[in-house]
Amino acid sequence: MSNPNDENAAAAKARRGRNILMAVALLAFVVIIFLITIAKISGNVGHNQFG
Amino acid sequence: MLSEAPPAVLPTEAARWQDYLSLLKPRVMSLVVFTAFTGLVCAGGNLNPLLGAVAILCIAVGAGGSAALNMAYDADIDALMRRTRRRAVPAGRVQAADALALGIALSLFSVGIMAVAINLLAAGLLAFTILFYAVVYTLWLKRRTPQNIVIGGLAGALPPAVGWAAASGHAPLNAWLLVAIIFFWTPPHFWALSLYTSGDYAEAGVPMMPVVKGAASTRRQILAYALLLAPLGLAPAFTGLGGPIYLAVSALGGIGLVALAARLVMSHAGDPAPPVPAGVKQGLYDVRADARPARDLFAFSLLYLFSLFAALLIERSGVLAALGLRP
Repeated sequence: MSNPNDENAAAAKARRGRNILMAVALLAFVVIIFLITIAKISGNVGHNQFG
Repeated sequence: MLSEAPPAVLPTEAARWQDYLSLLKPRVMSLVVFTAFTGLVCAGGNLNPLLGAVAILCIAVGAGGSAALNMAYDADIDALMRRTRRRAVPAGRVQAADALALGIALSLFSVGIMAVAINLLAAGLLAFTILFYAVVYTLWLKRRTPQNIVIGGLAGALPPAVGWAAASGHAPLNAWLLVAIIFFWTPPHFWALSLYTSGDYAEAGVPMMPVVKGAASTRRQILAYALLLAPLGLAPAFTGLGGPIYLAVSALGGIGLVALAARLVMSHAGDPAPPVPAGVKQGLYDVRADARPARDLFAFSLLYLFSLFAALLIERSGVLAALGLRP
């Protein structure tokens, strides 16, 4: 019979791993949106003539 | 009074992050990324490299999203097949509803970002690809017709056109030539695999060609597709897309593909083995007689497709000029 404490520890470890993955994914999403914005803005600045 | 029970650990509670990642079918994703990147490079254009990377990321995430949708819906048949029963959903490590939510979220993110950051044509083609795989192939064709992977193969064939559209904003004939090559490559590739795994498909009730029409008919159809694919593979060398390296690779590869398909036709790959004496235990794949020609064709078809696209990448990416091999 398995030990419930071991199961809880394994579940906690798995949850921590999932949380870290979610944090990395969200951070990556923010960085990607930031980089897209920079790329789009610099492209538009390059095409605009401000005098 | 009842004694206090230990806290139940639901399958999802124990799911590791790797289980969620596996829902995205990373190996399939790598082929999708490779072919999409080739399309993007072949298109030329002046797409910002950063936006090019974002486009490839969107295609990869979209492929992953559609794979998760497939995993969510197919968990019942995946559980019956030896090749797939250890996947996260049929094994009970991830709930089907979670896989569905992940698939929908990734699909929406990938198409949305493609539309905002790249262009609407690329986003539309990506959305069509995801819907075709998740709805037309997974929900409709897979369990109904032996032509499932022929028609459904369009979803796996479209990434070069998505990449091309992302880079240039349009999808000309050469982009669709790349799509056609993958489209006609899919049946011989998957049918070769199914010749030695058809016991699995039969058990799950999936009407793969060897299950419905038999091994001999499947072998003949594989040869027919190989005979179509070999000249089609040469075509980019005559439309200005591929150069001499591509011509050589596609010619040699086409000859190899047809030769292996002809060898397969003359073999008994996929035929049932003679009855096994009582008391002798066998594995599922042990009953497939003479599987080597099918395995060889399956492996070579992967090498063939990789070589064609790698040759295009080498010729179109400026690598040769950088090495001083071409002015």
